[in-house]
Amino acid sequence: MTTPALEIIDLNKNFGGLPATQNVSISVQPGERRLIIGPNGAGKTTLFNQITGDFFPTSGTIKLFGKEVTRLRPHKRAHMGLARTYQIITLFNKDTLVHNITLGLLGLRTTRWNMLRPLATYGDMRTEAIRVLGLVNLDHLADRPVTDISYGEKRRVEIAMALAQKPKVLLLDEPLAGLSAGERTNVKDLVASIPREVTVVMIEHDMDTALELAETVTLLHYGKVIVDGPHDAVVADEKTREVYLGH
Amino acid sequence: MSKVEATDTAAAAAAPVEKRNTPLRLAVYAVSGALLLALPLFSGDFYINLASQILIAAIFALSLNLLVGYGGLSSLGHASFLGLSAYFAAWFFTRGGMDHTSSALIALFGTTVVAGLFGLIALRASGLGFLMITLALSQVLWGVAFRWSSVTNGDNGLSGLTRPMPFGLDINGADSFYWFSLVIFAVSFVLMAVFTESAFGSALRGTRDQPRRMAALGFDVWLIRWITFVYAGFWGAVAGLLYVYYHKYIHPTSLSITASAEGLLAVIAGGSGTLGGPVVGAALVMILKNYASAYVERWNMLLGLVFLFIVIFMPEGLVPGTKRLWKRFTGGGK
Repeated sequence: MTTPALEIIDLNKNFGGLPATQNVSISVQPGERRLIIGPNGAGKTTLFNQITGDFFPTSGTIKLFGKEVTRLRPHKRAHMGLARTYQIITLFNKDTLVHNITLGLLGLRTTRWNMLRPLATYGDMRTEAIRVLGLVNLDHLADRPVTDISYGEKRRVEIAMALAQKPKVLLLDEPLAGLSAGERTNVKDLVASIPREVTVVMIEHDMDTALELAETVTLLHYGKVIVDGPHDAVVADEKTREVYLGH
Repeated sequence: MSKVEATDTAAAAAAPVEKRNTPLRLAVYAVSGALLLALPLFSGDFYINLASQILIAAIFALSLNLLVGYGGLSSLGHASFLGLSAYFAAWFFTRGGMDHTSSALIALFGTTVVAGLFGLIALRASGLGFLMITLALSQVLWGVAFRWSSVTNGDNGLSGLTRPMPFGLDINGADSFYWFSLVIFAVSFVLMAVFTESAFGSALRGTRDQPRRMAALGFDVWLIRWITFVYAGFWGAVAGLLYVYYHKYIHPTSLSITASAEGLLAVIAGGSGTLGGPVVGAALVMILKNYASAYVERWNMLLGLVFLFIVIFMPEGLVPGTKRLWKRFTGGGK
């Protein structure tokens, strides 16, 4: 059996007395498309934050490609091939789109320690950043500041910044949140076009769109895994209806 | 064919980088540079000395601005590095019996090492916590300078230091010391400008705006901040050396919260996160302190009023604020 790209074993996280993650165990295979669903407050984003290292769990283990990363600081996990997007758009607003993407490229290069040469003079990074912006159809806005573009376009920059890093495991936190129907199709096609060697774990509320993208689904409720398995089995499960789809 | 394409992409890649060196900007640099150089030719000693003090305060404010403006780390203890460097230089020269070169090198090196240690402690926090820790650390130094009389001479301060003779040049006159300070200022300004424009500088600004995202992108946010803290401490030490050579004297007040606050005020009044801002802010503070205090007894109150005026009408600081007004009057739009 292959080593899972992402393995979570018996994870617990308490905020004070409040358990946000309870005995969560999830295993995601390389190249898998995993959807994480659950009502508001189910602990989905908290789970992401523990995978990226923004919070450390109270107990349990997180492994990336078989290596334990439970207490590793976030930037080291990025260098192991982990990238994420944020539910609340987290971009560098005063800077141009190309600068945003370039920061994504810079993060994994030793150039980031160069204290002499201006970032804007690295033509190769600029070319690559514009190519990545092209993937999300925003290359024509490359030199505009983030404040100039629409909400839907910002969502695409969020994803582009993660894609620029050529991640092995990509965590998408509600990539469709707040988008119009048309924009949603754009982003859906974008997620569908991510190369198969990338493992994608996605939190999403929009079931219609998200279920199409997912092969496996995990349902969280009050920080616990309620149902976990192949797409069809989870959708058909009685508990899914109870917890999530309602009645 | 592929060659043509490659050139095209390269041109496209290089072309639309920010238009930094507009003729106006170059003209501003040239004129202010010429004025600065020629100042002693048409000015008396009082103003030349004031200008030297402004240059020293400007190096100090620029170094603090690396933390405040580019790193988003407001420090209320930056005078530690100016004062410590000044004390080191004065002490090793007058009490330690060392020559100028050795005492100056010890001052720069020693202060930078202390900045490294302070950074380890202060950067456990950011925001208000960082501010309070830097304040506490600087108060410790201030207390030591005041109370450890056997070493620091306490409230009497350390005197007896002479000015060095860099490359055999005599800098005891007002003019020559001014030119010496101007050279050091120019070097400091350029090196700090290069630092902020560099790839590392871009990463630093990233950690100011979105520290979480920067960590997720692979940047070691803590280390970036620590390196900047040490670098800022080094330039604070350079300002301290000039400061103690100018006054030939050092007193614990140079380590006080007032000294740190004046630096912070200069940065914010002039425009934090810009290169010109701290220089203008430092000039403003020093002019009020040295000039206005001759006419107005409570010059601190005047400083407060000016600061209030700036915060109300140009909250982003004098330099960015003036640029904004200039663009509005010349109809530049955005």
